[in-house]
Formats: sequence, structure tokens, C-alpha cells
Amino acid sequence: MGHFIDRRIDGKNKSAVNRQRFIKRFKAQIKRAVSDAMSERSIRDMHSGEKINIPARDLSEPVFHHGSGGERQIIHPGNKDFVEGDRLPRPRGGGGRGGEGQASNQGQGEDEFSFQLSREEFLEMFFEDLELPNLVKTELAKLTEYKWVRAGYSTDGVPSNINVVRSLKQSLARRQALGAPYRAQLRELEARLHALSDDSEADAAEREALSAEIERLQARLRGMPFIDTYDLRYNNRAKQEQPSSQAVMFCLMDVSGSMNQARKDLAKRFFILLYLFLERNYEHIEVVFIRHHTIAKEVDEQEFFYSRETGDTVVSSALEMMYDIARERYPTASWNIYAAQASDGDNWHTDSPLCQQWLTESIMPLVRYFAYVEITPDRHQSLWEAYEDVQAQCPQFAMRQIDGPADIYPVFRDLFKRQAA
Amino acid sequence: MKRLVISESSDWTFPLLERYNQELGRIAAQYPLDIYPNQIEIITAEQMMDAYSAVGMPLGYHHWSYGKRFVATEQNYRRGQMGLAYEVVINSNPCIAYLMEENTLTMQALVIAHACYGHNSFFKGNYLFRTWTSADAIIDYLLFAKNYITECEQRYGQETVELFLDSCHALMNYGVDRYKRPAPLSATAERLRQQEREAYLQTQINDLWRTIPVQGHTADQTPETRFPAEPQENILYFIEKNAPLLEPWQREVVRIVRKLGQYFYPQRQTQVMNEGWATFWHYTLLNQMYDEGLLSDGFMIEFLQSHTNVIAQPDFDSPYYSGINPYALGFAMMSDIRRICEHPDQEDRYWFPDIAGQDWVKVLDFAMRNFKDESFIAQYLSPKVMRQFKLFAVLDDDQQRELAISAIHDERGYRRLRQALADQYNLGSQEPNIQIYSVDHRGDRSLTLVHTRYNRKPLAANAQEMLKHLYRLWGFSVRLETLLEDGRREPVAAIEH
Repeated sequence: MGHFIDRRIDGKNKSAVNRQRFIKRFKAQIKRAVSDAMSERSIRDMHSGEKINIPARDLSEPVFHHGSGGERQIIHPGNKDFVEGDRLPRPRGGGGRGGEGQASNQGQGEDEFSFQLSREEFLEMFFEDLELPNLVKTELAKLTEYKWVRAGYSTDGVPSNINVVRSLKQSLARRQALGAPYRAQLRELEARLHALSDDSEADAAEREALSAEIERLQARLRGMPFIDTYDLRYNNRAKQEQPSSQAVMFCLMDVSGSMNQARKDLAKRFFILLYLFLERNYEHIEVVFIRHHTIAKEVDEQEFFYSRETGDTVVSSALEMMYDIARERYPTASWNIYAAQASDGDNWHTDSPLCQQWLTESIMPLVRYFAYVEITPDRHQSLWEAYEDVQAQCPQFAMRQIDGPADIYPVFRDLFKRQAA
Repeated sequence: MKRLVISESSDWTFPLLERYNQELGRIAAQYPLDIYPNQIEIITAEQMMDAYSAVGMPLGYHHWSYGKRFVATEQNYRRGQMGLAYEVVINSNPCIAYLMEENTLTMQALVIAHACYGHNSFFKGNYLFRTWTSADAIIDYLLFAKNYITECEQRYGQETVELFLDSCHALMNYGVDRYKRPAPLSATAERLRQQEREAYLQTQINDLWRTIPVQGHTADQTPETRFPAEPQENILYFIEKNAPLLEPWQREVVRIVRKLGQYFYPQRQTQVMNEGWATFWHYTLLNQMYDEGLLSDGFMIEFLQSHTNVIAQPDFDSPYYSGINPYALGFAMMSDIRRICEHPDQEDRYWFPDIAGQDWVKVLDFAMRNFKDESFIAQYLSPKVMRQFKLFAVLDDDQQRELAISAIHDERGYRRLRQALADQYNLGSQEPNIQIYSVDHRGDRSLTLVHTRYNRKPLAANAQEMLKHLYRLWGFSVRLETLLEDGRREPVAAIEH
């Protein structure tokens, strides 16, 4: 009358292709949703996927159907006190009572279709603007690496993991424990046999009985299995996170009046990219936000990106502050220091040589990498020239003028290249 | 009796499932239920979501809309807004049923009874399924369709094929011959015929659009001949055969979608019957097992709780109300037919003189074989069930300021109520009646469709959207008109080439 098939072992991602097709088709909408989500996210929070909302009308699959109006008769269950001929006011929103069921069915889909992007899909969308090379993408999207380490022994496992010494010890112990009573008896009987005289006729019968008994006990002992399944011990292995060291990331940003929100969003992507890279390589990361106009201030992330102040620009104030913080809190012996600076290039012109000095003499010896982006379509100013000198001197310094998200990645190219090698 | 109990445990194992299946099969054979052989597959929750989003096709071609369904299902399931169906069953021979591994033993037994004996026998017996689907061939055909579409994607590009499929899907419900018996499906024959058909069709179409004037006729002498001679209800079929610009592969894709529409056509018309029948039989079979002492009390309590949930019918003013529950109505009607046969009262003898007191197995079997929801309700909905559900009819007429209660479950209302409910399940009146009316084959090749209005119900606002899809298939101007009650034709939407 039928047979059973266990399909559980078969692949479960039968719908993966269709899901990809869906995402591909609505890429434009999803990308918009992703960049909206970016502005609400902390740069440290790149681990989770994202809930995406798409207007349902964009992805409706139309069919011919009736609109409201005309004459229709609808049957409902659960009459309480209606009698034939009763008249009722039309419920608000038209459609009539009859439309109720229909309206709520469709209503669900009408406003927004929302679903969850996985972390990989989210990062994929995020990376897309940045035009990252594939190698780098996979590098960044990878989760923490684990290592298998020995973790004692277990009672089950695969034959190749059998631990011979442990198993034999176990077998020995079992044989000792189970055989002990027999051996005790045996010793006793042997002592008695020994006590009997060898040739006395009177003892012959007893000697025979004792010998038979000894024989029986010895057979018992011999019959005990040398090794049994429950003696087996297997090497146990457990997953452990790869130990890695810690890093601190300094985010420096100019918040003078000329940095508008669009530029700040671009800067945010720049910081996120560095953060993701660090996250990939270090177990523990701290982020320090320093914003500056004429004076620098250490702030939290919210304030860093979203509060506005105006004023002139003295970049060296931020560099000085970074140096102080680094010296004070993050000794290079135990911290890897990275820094990312975003600015529109505007600086008080006598300050630029000072910045160069700060960088080459104090900061660059401390940091592993210093990335600078200048977010401006305009011509360079004095800061850029000063930094060009720094770049010539220090290999771990990278700079770039950017006008769109795609320009960000080249700043990090060396950094990623070094890691991939 | 206690010693006969199959199992007290709630964890299932394959030997236990076999055992339940055997017992159910034995009991089902006593009635007898005529079934296809069963192929019961155990799957995980994730696989169930896959099965779900593939709208009941064990292997479908790839399309974003299935991805959308999967994403939505997954989302709801994760949020806990929705439990997964306990089972998915496929109308094929052998009949494939999916059981979810998370189910308890009781649920598995319920599902086996419901799907593998209930739905299975319905698929095999009901006239709609017998006429419109061929269970032997469907799996092969789906495989053929999947491979064909993949091949098209490789040859013509994924996006081209996907957009084309969108348009076909939009018209899927209009790809069915409602009155003609369709040709049976067969994958091998399909493959063999396909090439032949491609070449042949192309010549046919070219002939229709031939511009060389026929000798002996001049344009003004020819009587006005309309093409097609009669309105065509099967829009996709008409497109497949007559659309001037389609490539052969596109015609084949239209055909594939049309065949799938046809495969699902019976399901859309037999929800109440199909679910009612399956629910009735899982209830009957498991109760008999209990009577034979094979099931423990604990099993029965768990079973009854699930069963009660399945057939719950919230009232119209309940926040959980979302229309009439087909399980509830179907089960109530099936059980009621049995009651009328076994214990008829005065009312039943008046309403159902020909079945009152008859053998219930035969009567129920006849009903299952020869009806669809609409006719089943019109024939068998008894006053008792109407009273049990406290049914009432609301008349919503946009020319009246208020709604009217047009019938309730009383002597005056029974017949009207029954007719109205039957009509509610009539696809013919639920879906707009749209047919291909004419093609201007001497002029601009424009296609005109006519929507025949029913009870003054207008088309929804997406008609223009729909015409875009039709336009993609036809390739020239497409117009849609509504035929009003007074015989006038009124334009609704149009796309000009």
C-alpha cells in the first residue's frame, strides 16, 4: 500500500535558486533599503542580516479579478440576531461587509512586503557599490575562524579516532574489576589445594573436586573478553575560536560646516570598510571616534555622525588628540592601531605642515595603517600636499580623493593585498 | 484490548509508521477507498518550506515568484505567525505525500490517513481530476518543463525568459478549456511532438497573416468575417496558436504554463470537497483504529485536539474570521451525508429522499466522484448544516445605501442560502469572464477582448497592467472592452502598438 522514503538527507536548499532570482529581480529596491539601513546602523554592527521592506505593489503578480462595486451576495457563518430583510449600514471603507475577508487577505500584502536578508546577502549588497574585488569580498564576509583542538576523550566516535592507550586502560580496568571475585576464589582454592598432601588417598576426592573448580574458574576468567565495545575511547575534538590579538581603530572626521550629511554618509562607509577588515583579523576591536573643527573632541558614534557644528578647521588638533589617547590607553605592545581619517580637505593653511610633522614623527611609528580620504570634488588644498609628503615617506599611509562610494576601496588596496598574500 | 495498542510513545520511527500505514491501509480497503500507491516522504521543516513555495509541484522550473513565496513563507514561519502545513500531497501516481519530521507520531498517523488515503482517493476518483489531470504523467511532464525552461534560459537569456513567464503566469487562469476535454499529458510524446509542432505551427501562423490577396476576391466583396469565428475563452491557447510574432520556444513556454494551469484547475474548484473528504476519512479511519483497540487514549486525545483545530469555524464577527473554513464546511457536509444515510429524520426524508436511508459508503463515494464544490454544495448542503453554521447571506449592492440580509438559516432562506453559497464557489462567477473576441487580421492586427459583466461587477483597477502582459505576448495593439447588461460595449483599457 505504499512505501516510505527518507528525504531528510537530501539537499534542503531547493529554493535557493528561486530566492536568488527574487533578490536579483528586486535588486534596485533592496539596495535602496540597504543603504537606508546603513544610516541607522552602528558601524560595529555588521554581523546581522537586515530586514528589508519592499513596497508590495512593485512585486505583485497581477491577475484579472473583480474590483469592488456591483452586486454581490456573500455568505457568512455565525449569525447571532439577524433576520431576513435587516438592513445594515455599510462598514467604513466601502467594499461592504462582504469585502471584509477579501480586504484583510489582500491588505496584508498591500502595504509592504518585508523579509530578512542574511548577513552574506546584506554584505553583498553593501559591497556592491564599493566595487570590492571578489577576493576581498570573501575575505570580509567570512566569519571568525575556528580551530579544532583536542578536548579529552569521548565514548563514541569514528574508528579512526580510537585512542588505543585509553581503550586498553579501560579494558584492563574492566577485566580487573569483573575478574576480581573469581581471582579471589581462585587464590583461596589454590591455597587449599596446596594445603592438601599430594599423595594422601583420603584427600584424592577433594583434590579432584578442587581441581575441577579451579579449572572452571580459570575458564571463566579466560572467557572474559579482552576488549569490549564499551572499553573503546575516542579522541574528542572541540571547535575553538582562533586566538587573535586586539586592535583599536581611530576614526577621525572633520565636522566643520562644509561636511554635509551626504559626505558624512560616504565617510561612514569608509569607516565601515576598515572596521570590517579589522573585524576579520582581530578578535577584539575598540573604536575611538574623534571629531574636530578647531578643537578635537572624543565622542560616541551617534554624535560622531549626526551632530553638526561649524567653525574653522584645525586638523592637527585631532591628530594630537589621537596621539595622546593612543599613548595613554593603547600601548603598541598589546594593541594594533589603525586610523582612518575623512575630511573635505579644508584646513587652516599654516596648520598643514604641523599635521605632516605630527604624522611622520609621532603617529606613523605607532600605527599599522593610516588611511585618509578627502571627500571633495574640488581642487586640493594645502592638507593634501602635506599628506603627499607623508605618503612618500611612510608605506603604511594611504590616501585618496573620493567622489563616490566606488572610490573608497583603492585606499585600502595595499592593506588587503598584504593580508591576502 | 490494551495489549493491541501499537505504541504509547509520541516519537515516531520508520517501523512504527509502516505499522500505522498498514493498519490504515487495511481499514481503508474495507470501505473500500480506491487509491494510487503511496509514496510517503519524510522531510525537514526547511524542505517543507521549499515544497510549500513550489505551490505543490515536486519539481518546478525556476522563477522569482517562487522565491518570493519562499521568502514570505520563511519569514512568517520564523516569526511564528504561521505553523507549517502538516503535510503536502501531490496529485501523481504514485501519490507523493510529504511528512514533516517534527510531527509527533500521532500527527504522522493523522497525516497519513488524511493525505495518503483521503486526498489520494479523491485525486483518483473525482471526475475533475480524472478529466483534467493525468497523475501518471505529471512528474515526467514537470521534469520536461523544467529542463525545457532551463534550456531556453541558456539560449535566450534568463531575463528574457523570466519576463515572458511573468506574462504567461498572469494569464494562467485563462489557459484552461472549461468545456472541452483536454488531451492527456505525456512527457515522452510531448518531447517527440514538440519539434514537429514548432515547425508546423509556424507555417500555420504565417498562413493566417498572409498578405498576398486571394484570387477572385476583392476586399469589398468579402463578407465581414470575424476571426476567431467564435469568442475564445482559452486566452493562452489562442496566443500559443495565433500570436504572430512569438518564437517557437515562446509558444512552447506558453503551452507549459497552460498545462500547469490546467493541472491546478481541478484543485481550485474542489477545495471544500477535497479537504472535507480527506478530513472525514482521517476521522473515520482513526476512530475505527481506536475502536479496534489499536490506539491509546493519549493518542486519541492528541488527535482529537488537532482535528478540532482543523475544523474550527470562527464566527463572522470574530477577529480570527477569514471566510468559511473549507475543512469545517467540507467535514460537516461529509459527516452530514453519512448521518442522513444512517439516521434520517423527517426533514432529511423531505430534502434528500433519494439518499436518506441508503448505504452511506456508496452515497458518499458517488458524491466524491461526480461533483465539484459548486455542485456539491448545491446538491448536498442540508438545512441542518446551515443551522449548525448559522449561515446568513449579505447582499452588497452598490446602488443601495445599506447592506441587506437577504437570507438566513430558516425555512424561507434554505434554498436561496444554498444557491448563494454554491455560487460563491463557482469559479465562473468569481473570476471575470474575459474572452478573446476578435483580431483585426486585415488591418493593424489588434486584438480585442471582451469582458462580459456579471452582476455589474467591474474589473479591478489593474486591467491596464494586465493588458501590458497580454501585449507582450501578442505584440500588437490590445484592447479590452466590457459588455454591459444592455448590450453596449464600453472600452476599459487599451494598449496601442
